Amino acid sequence: MRLAANSLSGPVEDVAGQAGHREHPPRMGFFTDTSVCIGCKACEVACKEWNEVPEDGLNLLGMSMDNTGSLGASSWRHVAFIEQPRRLARHDAGIAGLPVGPSGTEATAGIVESALRRAPRGGGELGTSPYEPGHVPAVPLADGPERTDFRWLMMSDVCKHCTHAACLDVCPTGALVRTEFGTVVVQQDICNGCGYCVSACPFGVIDRRPGDGRAHKCTLCYDRLRGGLEPACAKACPTSSIQYGELDALHERARGRLEALRASGVAEARLYGEDATDGVGGCGAFFLLLDEPAVYGLPSTPVVASRDLPAMWKAAGVAALGLLAAALSAFMEPRER
Amino acid sequence: MSTTNGRDARAERGPAGASARERRGAPQDGSAEMAMVARARPASYYGRAVLKPPVWGEDIAYYFFLGGLSAGASLLAVGADQTGRSALRRGGRLGALGSLGLGMFFLVKDLGRPERFHHMLRVAKLTSPMSVGTWILSAYGAACGMAAAAEVWPKRLAPRPAGRLLAATGRPAGLAAGLLAPVVAAYTAVLLADTAVPAWNAARRELPFVFTASAAASAGGLGMIVAPPSEAAPARRLAQYGAIVELAASRRLEARREVALEPYLFGNAGRLLNRASALTAAGVLGSMLAGRRSRVAAVASGAALLAGGMYERLGILRAGVASTTDPRYVNGG
Ligand code: SF4
Ligand code: SF4
Repeated sequence: MRLAANSLSGPVEDVAGQAGHREHPPRMGFFTDTSVCIGCKACEVACKEWNEVPEDGLNLLGMSMDNTGSLGASSWRHVAFIEQPRRLARHDAGIAGLPVGPSGTEATAGIVESALRRAPRGGGELGTSPYEPGHVPAVPLADGPERTDFRWLMMSDVCKHCTHAACLDVCPTGALVRTEFGTVVVQQDICNGCGYCVSACPFGVIDRRPGDGRAHKCTLCYDRLRGGLEPACAKACPTSSIQYGELDALHERARGRLEALRASGVAEARLYGEDATDGVGGCGAFFLLLDEPAVYGLPSTPVVASRDLPAMWKAAGVAALGLLAAALSAFMEPRER
Repeated sequence: MSTTNGRDARAERGPAGASARERRGAPQDGSAEMAMVARARPASYYGRAVLKPPVWGEDIAYYFFLGGLSAGASLLAVGADQTGRSALRRGGRLGALGSLGLGMFFLVKDLGRPERFHHMLRVAKLTSPMSVGTWILSAYGAACGMAAAAEVWPKRLAPRPAGRLLAATGRPAGLAAGLLAPVVAAYTAVLLADTAVPAWNAARRELPFVFTASAAASAGGLGMIVAPPSEAAPARRLAQYGAIVELAASRRLEARREVALEPYLFGNAGRLLNRASALTAAGVLGSMLAGRRSRVAAVASGAALLAGGMYERLGILRAGVASTTDPRYVNGG
């Protein structure tokens, strides 16, 4: 195996080509524009239906309207809901003077967080298997400081189909592959459930499904793409919050949308995952966000661990030589009497 | 043993303690509008984890321990073979194969689809430490097996062709196992470091030394158990070297004061690592004070070293899991 330029990190011109595809279509991806998401969860449903993704537990989580909680082995699209006591550009929420209490997110976050910590997998159950939050006390919204502004952020999260996909790098069976479209897919007949990809993904996307034992995540509807169709979620999205297409064209469109939003006063709008110089070489699925990535549960500076792999092996080599030397010298000392 | 005390003092405080909160800074984009929004807590999605907690259970810690033990035992066996210590050689070779076999059992058991373990052998991938490790382990296992077979082949069957072959290949096989052994002990550290798990990734420079040193200490312990004190001097020395480097490496992890390294100091993982240090220190002290004279003391010290190595791996596993369930280790705050 020859190591080409930027094979472990950094920008890559032709991802599918680097993976060995000769004749291949352009790189395809998602642009998820969260500024127009209405939280209908049609994407979640369409994905489950098309991909026959099993139920991940029917639980009330206390996370605003989000009762999925996270991407996981059995949730390949996840709509996040964040309630904030602030104004979106020039919008008038129409609640000034009304008896509304504190933001739901602020009030419930602490309760939800401590319930998550108590779960057997520390909340890793979300999106994968049933999770019982226990008793979540009702928050009396009439109490507390009155709000004059309100905005509700919604974001449909998905596998990022990274340029440098850590999950793919570490997979020891070759189950995870780069497709001709530049997307990242698990071959279910190969995966032996070693779980390495789960710990490698810097976005917390892929997970192992209990009972089934294999790793599962978004395939960017590989089968539909092969048939010339768009992915099920993009097809179902009624507001075009989820846009599917050639990645280059999507980048163009996203930059235009960002400019338009900023011009109309949404100064906090930003793109996430479109930058080819970021820690994963840019994402095949990128987003327009209205707050810091951390607010949506995204890592603020995701990095593919393979970036440092040569340095890690170097350290391991030194340590291994040290062990050899220690063993040698243990025998070289004069024998004790 | 200030390492031990340092852990003790902080073990009772929760994870992501003071320094994590101190690190909390202004929003990265620095827009005035963002800064005006007062947040009661660091930015996170309902405190939910950003990463997935590892799906690896304790089985994988057992494997790390047993693999390291096997590697160290192979090294001891080579030295014993060259210096005419037959009990240490025999115990080393058999111990190496036995612990490797048991380790492989746990490794396969931890898979989601154990019956598909051989899918690991359908590719060789340089970007996957688990794939690299699989191939190293295969070669190492074969060498280990041949060395151990030479050890247990019955004397009266020695003239048979197989017996003659084993007699001729036992030493070179043992040597091959000994040369591969340091990589077997070290690669598992790369396997953990090459993840998004904050505590493992942040310790990528130290973990290989912790793992090889711990392998040396455990194997030293095994040597003290299987060989009489008269033959076990190299085992005692190996254990001492290992213990010193292991304690030094964990001190360094503490001294770096990185947020992502906090899980090694606190809570469940902190307690396990604390216990590991104490057991390792006790084992080495015991071997130095009484290991030459008393077989009972040697066996007790050896057992303490083995237990120390076991807790070390369990602690490292738990620290990694803890660092994934708290979003602050990923996004600061
Ligand atoms: S987001 Fe995670 S699962 Fe998706 S391609 Fe990147 S590393 Fe793999
Ligand atoms: S769990 Fe499956 S897909 Fe993930 S790294 Fe292991 S073999 Fe590959």
